[in-house]
Amino acid sequence: MTGTGITAWQVGAVVAQVALCVLGAPFLVGLMRTVRCRLEGRTGPPVRQTWRDLRKLLRKQRTQPEKSSVIFAVAPVVLVATTLVVVAFAPLLSTGTVFPGGSDLFAIVFLLLLGSVLLALAALDTGTAFGGMGASRLMAIVALAEPALLVAILALAAPVHTSSLPIIVAGSLHHPMWLATPQRILAFGAFVIVILAESGRLPVDNPATHLELTMIHEALMLEYSGPDLAFVVLGESLRLLVLLALLSNLFFPWGIATTLTGPSFVVAIVSLAAKVALLATLVAVGEVMVAKLRLFRVPELLAGAFVLSVLAVLSSLVIA
Amino acid sequence: MTIWLAAIALFGLTGAVGGTLAPARWRVIVVSACTVAAATSALVVSINVLHTGHVVSLATSRLLPFTGVQLHLDPMGALFVAITAVVAVAVALYNVGYAAHQPMTRSSACAFAIFVTSMLLVPAAWSVTTFLFGWELMAVASLVLVLTDHRRSPNVRSAAIWYAVLTQIGAASIAFALVLLAAQTGGQGFTVMVLHSAAASPWLRGTVFMLALAGFASKAGVVPLHVWLPKAHAEAPSAVSALMSAAMVNLGIYGILRVGDTLLGGGPSWWWITVIVLGVASAIYGSIHAATSTDLKRLLAYSTADNIGLVMIAVGTAGLLTATGHPSYAALALFAGMFHLVNHAVFKGTLFLSAGSVQYATGTRDLDQLGGLFTRMPIASTIFAVGTVAITALPPLCGFVSEWLLLQSLLHGLSSSVTVSVVLMPLGVAALALTGGLTAAAFVKAFGVGFLGIARSPAAADAHEPPRLMNVGSGLLASLCVLFGVVPVVMVGPLNSVVRVAQSTAGSIVGSRGEALAIANTRGVFDPTFIALALVTSMLAVLGARRYVSRRHAVRRAPVWGCGRELQTPRMTYTATSFAEPLQRVFDDVLQPSRDLDVSHRGESRYFVESVRFGTRGGDAFERLLYQPVFALVRGAANKARLLQNGSVHRYLAYGLGALVVVLVFAR
Repeated sequence: MTGTGITAWQVGAVVAQVALCVLGAPFLVGLMRTVRCRLEGRTGPPVRQTWRDLRKLLRKQRTQPEKSSVIFAVAPVVLVATTLVVVAFAPLLSTGTVFPGGSDLFAIVFLLLLGSVLLALAALDTGTAFGGMGASRLMAIVALAEPALLVAILALAAPVHTSSLPIIVAGSLHHPMWLATPQRILAFGAFVIVILAESGRLPVDNPATHLELTMIHEALMLEYSGPDLAFVVLGESLRLLVLLALLSNLFFPWGIATTLTGPSFVVAIVSLAAKVALLATLVAVGEVMVAKLRLFRVPELLAGAFVLSVLAVLSSLVIA
Repeated sequence: MTIWLAAIALFGLTGAVGGTLAPARWRVIVVSACTVAAATSALVVSINVLHTGHVVSLATSRLLPFTGVQLHLDPMGALFVAITAVVAVAVALYNVGYAAHQPMTRSSACAFAIFVTSMLLVPAAWSVTTFLFGWELMAVASLVLVLTDHRRSPNVRSAAIWYAVLTQIGAASIAFALVLLAAQTGGQGFTVMVLHSAAASPWLRGTVFMLALAGFASKAGVVPLHVWLPKAHAEAPSAVSALMSAAMVNLGIYGILRVGDTLLGGGPSWWWITVIVLGVASAIYGSIHAATSTDLKRLLAYSTADNIGLVMIAVGTAGLLTATGHPSYAALALFAGMFHLVNHAVFKGTLFLSAGSVQYATGTRDLDQLGGLFTRMPIASTIFAVGTVAITALPPLCGFVSEWLLLQSLLHGLSSSVTVSVVLMPLGVAALALTGGLTAAAFVKAFGVGFLGIARSPAAADAHEPPRLMNVGSGLLASLCVLFGVVPVVMVGPLNSVVRVAQSTAGSIVGSRGEALAIANTRGVFDPTFIALALVTSMLAVLGARRYVSRRHAVRRAPVWGCGRELQTPRMTYTATSFAEPLQRVFDDVLQPSRDLDVSHRGESRYFVESVRFGTRGGDAFERLLYQPVFALVRGAANKARLLQNGSVHRYLAYGLGALVVVLVFAR
């Protein structure tokens, strides 16, 4: 490892970051559901309902489809494990990360992709039409969202000449004017679209639907039950949390700790929670407002995101 | 070290002769042993060259009449020799296993030894004649190998003709370029050419580079000269496809680097812009086709075009950045490109060899007929899975590292603030990113539809593990995918010495801090070893947690949800065709598949349908739009020329007389 002296503080910070995210992720999903229900005039389940569901699922017996292989059993583990690694590496609470060798923005994208790919393979492994349908649609969306994401990252990385996430975040903290530059605004648009697509939210996929012909993410996890389902749900909610937290730290980095001291850490936790909750509420409000796109219109949306990110790169070069 | 260079040729020759003479039972053993010996000698000399940076040379005037043979292995050539040697060892082992199923024929045994040896010697050739001799030997030997199964299907013959024509046009173009340069510089040895090429006029240098680029691009399978690739790779035996795709196409890149960088000493921006544009076209076109192919080996062949395109982007970026005065960024691009080339060789070798195992076990390479292989042939399937993760650029395997380096080199290319790169770099990144996503889709399809789920045909249901040596061969390359992904620092030294050949000013562009990769003069490090370690730790922790929560019950095997239907048949599952349908729809304009819909009605009524038949055929649009018109033109000209030849002997005598008169008049 490159860090010469890793203090107990730093290790503690990473452990705290992982623990807080794992505990908080199901609440995030619950919050979004509650916001939607209230806006639609329903009471809805309490925010902690997701955790209750998870607890119930974890107690059940594991089941596996008759003809499936080890891939089906491994996929939920890989999904959660990759997301946990991202949570541990990413500068969510402080820019002074312990693991500079791992907190690279491109590396994070590929780590998250590993989880998606395994989930798609597991869906194909079930040998049902629904699994194949979900996998096919997921991979089509991933194939088109990935370019927009990578190019948008490039637009953010170009001004600081590195894709190292802590340096990007620290850079935008030191130069507040960067936040309002055209390339940032364009890249933000691209990021939002990609995050909605990758985490299966409206208008790309409706997380509340179980109608076979329209679903994507629900089709992928249709055969999971018991603890495996709990892990998949936990993994997906963690991923949503990480994506929203990264979005907030990349574009609105205020509050993140630059030194590892107790008070700054508390400020960082509170501000991150507030920012993520605000973003989640906005997404939920947006979901009430829009209808789901037809599947074959989704590529147009993602192509739009791609154009935004290419424009972001171009403007970063022209202006810089 | 010189002796090892000679040993390559000696062992190769022994293999060719021994393979031809040995009885059928011993043939494959003799050839494989000699190939492994030749490859080992090549590895010894090339690793030594890469390690020390010293050149090994050998010249003799006894072998080729008039010109002699000149060999001279520098680090750049040594990298290509080492790649070929490793792939050759794996393929030789694989062949021994495969021969139990289908004995090696005399001609293919001989051609195999010659093919490997010529590929090992081409990067060491240091004069025009030696180079062209090796190049032609390689082309002819590979053609014989492509034709191995020509009795089985007419497609093999057609593929071989396509390959022969494109490779010969390429060779002619290369020969013309090199001869032109030799005539201008006054010598056919590469040393003389290096010394005097700078004095040539820019026009001549440009012509030489473009001719060489066209020739080498046809060997590398770059769009639009790629049409032979999906045909020949699909129809050749898998071991041959692996050698061609993992070793031979690399030599196209070698040629571009050797002529552009060494012989001509770099060139103006427009050369390299051409290279980048070809690379972008190749990468995007190849990956779109790979994402929609349903033939496993065709898919792999198109993905070769895609990966070679990425390497071309890196090589072009390196040239462009050198031309615009950013040698250290150029060195980074070249480093990334060469690393990707190495990785492409190991993962594509793995994938082609395990595709061969699938074909061995099931008799088909049509993904729509496969399925459920993972439970029937776990070892071969795991090897394919390793290749899948590596090619999809997922951590912790090798594709991830080189993809990251490619992205970094384009990122730094962006910051070079040259107008042309402002336009080109985003294009390169877009190509890289789009191919990344499409490759993921293509290989989730290949592995998910081909190896997981339920068997779609009786052949797939009866599949069984191939002979052990076949798995050893492909497993050898798969283990390298893991090694280069988890401990990429092992490649830092060798690749830096390759880069120093082209960019002599650059020190070590990518350094190693512990086991992390650090790019010179930039902030931020990247530590694949650490990421792999963290991933494994995290997975073990999550696995332990799941085991803990479900400790009370055993796993229950349950039927899947079929909307109330109990019986699930293979016809209900998604096939490769249906998997690719969304992407097929998105890229319809590029793919231009031909569809026929055939509806027959019952009786007179148009309201009752008796049967509906729907079919799509996805050909290569370039074949139809670029090559067919050329063929039509040639055929038309040939038909016109037939008027001269009507079979009358008198007329031919008159031609002879006329020609004689013309000669006498002009030669006076």
